[in-house]
Amino acid sequence: MALAKRIIPCLDVDKGRVVKGVQFVDIRDAGDPVEVAKKYNEQGADEITFLDITASHEDRDTTVHTVEKIAAEVFIPLTVGGGIRELSDIRKMLNAGADKVSINSAAVYNPEFVKAASDRFGAQCIVVAIDAKRVSAEGETPRWEIFTHGGRKPTGIDAVEWAVRMAEYGAGEILLTSMDKDGTKDGFDLGVTRAISDAVRVPVIASGGVGNLQHLADGVIKGAADAVLAASIFHFGEYTVPQAKQFLRDQGIEVRL
Amino acid sequence: MNCKHIAVIDYGMGNLHSVASALKKVAPDIKVSVTDDPNIIASADHVILPGVGAIRDCVAEIRRLGFDRVVKDVINSGKPLLGICVGMQAMMSFSEENGGADCLDFFPGRVNFFAGNAKFNQAHDEGSSSGERLKVPHMGWNQVEQVLAHPLWHNIDNNGRFYFVHSYFVEPENKDIIAGRTHYGIEFAAAIAHNNIFAVQFHPEKSHDNGLQLLENFLNWNGK
Repeated sequence: MALAKRIIPCLDVDKGRVVKGVQFVDIRDAGDPVEVAKKYNEQGADEITFLDITASHEDRDTTVHTVEKIAAEVFIPLTVGGGIRELSDIRKMLNAGADKVSINSAAVYNPEFVKAASDRFGAQCIVVAIDAKRVSAEGETPRWEIFTHGGRKPTGIDAVEWAVRMAEYGAGEILLTSMDKDGTKDGFDLGVTRAISDAVRVPVIASGGVGNLQHLADGVIKGAADAVLAASIFHFGEYTVPQAKQFLRDQGIEVRL
Repeated sequence: MNCKHIAVIDYGMGNLHSVASALKKVAPDIKVSVTDDPNIIASADHVILPGVGAIRDCVAEIRRLGFDRVVKDVINSGKPLLGICVGMQAMMSFSEENGGADCLDFFPGRVNFFAGNAKFNQAHDEGSSSGERLKVPHMGWNQVEQVLAHPLWHNIDNNGRFYFVHSYFVEPENKDIIAGRTHYGIEFAAAIAHNNIFAVQFHPEKSHDNGLQLLENFLNWNGK
């Protein structure tokens, strides 16, 4: 008997459609988010993460409706991220049926926001998303920094220290994305995953770079991730969630099958 | 058909949408009221006491709104009552959370912090060969061993998985009321049952088929 490692399909949603870009270009359409979420729910996904990458404000109302529709049909935890900047944004998403919200750049600009959000809604529903990029040269002690604006803007903040601080401020979970690996299908950045998972007591979700099932297993065994997030390997039918879980189980990882 | 009326007690501490929509999913014909009206709660056939967030705030709101007496009346009436997560914790006498908080004291017992337990802190993750220390909160799908036969376990596999997210766990003084046990570094009470009360630490409304089955079982239960 043990807690299962979680497999979390991620829906990047733009203007009401699931999309997946490879390093932020070449965006492919992967369908209607409600249908995609239902498919993963039926396949036995452990949670679903919904990232709203829509830029404009009007389209964000679409997101609220989409979250409502998903929550009415999908009875597993649902995390919603993208554009969460104020307590009222969190309230709106939780009322729409989200179980957790993911806070990204708003945490970088105003760390106190995480504290306020956790105090108000409870740590269990506050995920802090960290976009990290390796800044050390080959041969140096590895070091990663937080980047904003889809990996383009450095902040000078050390990723491991930032994760520790966010957990202290009341993050209930860390969603860690490697901006070097995201979209490459090259596997997670296991170094930063391991460093952060060892440094914080809260669960860590590894994200960015999954191209095959071995990558998921490596994230858990070598990266010590508590959950693994992937998008394109599931969206385009390369693998199903049950195949991924069976693969992890065969490597001695506890899963919910 | 089922024309039952279910009251989900709303004391302003979080999203009750998922509990209500999960109930509608398993029984489309029932009436679900997410309510803070004591009269509606009193008139319902089944009552659910949910809860998320910090226990001190939850208990303070329950008391401020007079729901401690309302829930006590439900218990005395013999109607089925389901406590979920902090709703279960609130039924105990005392919680370690928030520097120590008195709870509703329906059951003698405590609510303890995982990371305050020496045995827990020495335990290693059995979920993979990396064997790390265990994370807090206990978040995700864990197994529930059914240690008490109960109508709410109907059609659910023993050791089936449910979704948990919590940092504190219930320790009732009377071990005979433990209906389900879960292992996470230590053994803790995942479910307790006594007369017309059933309470769970996990979230049935987020636990896919097992959770929906448990909610259906609750609706079919007469509290005996």
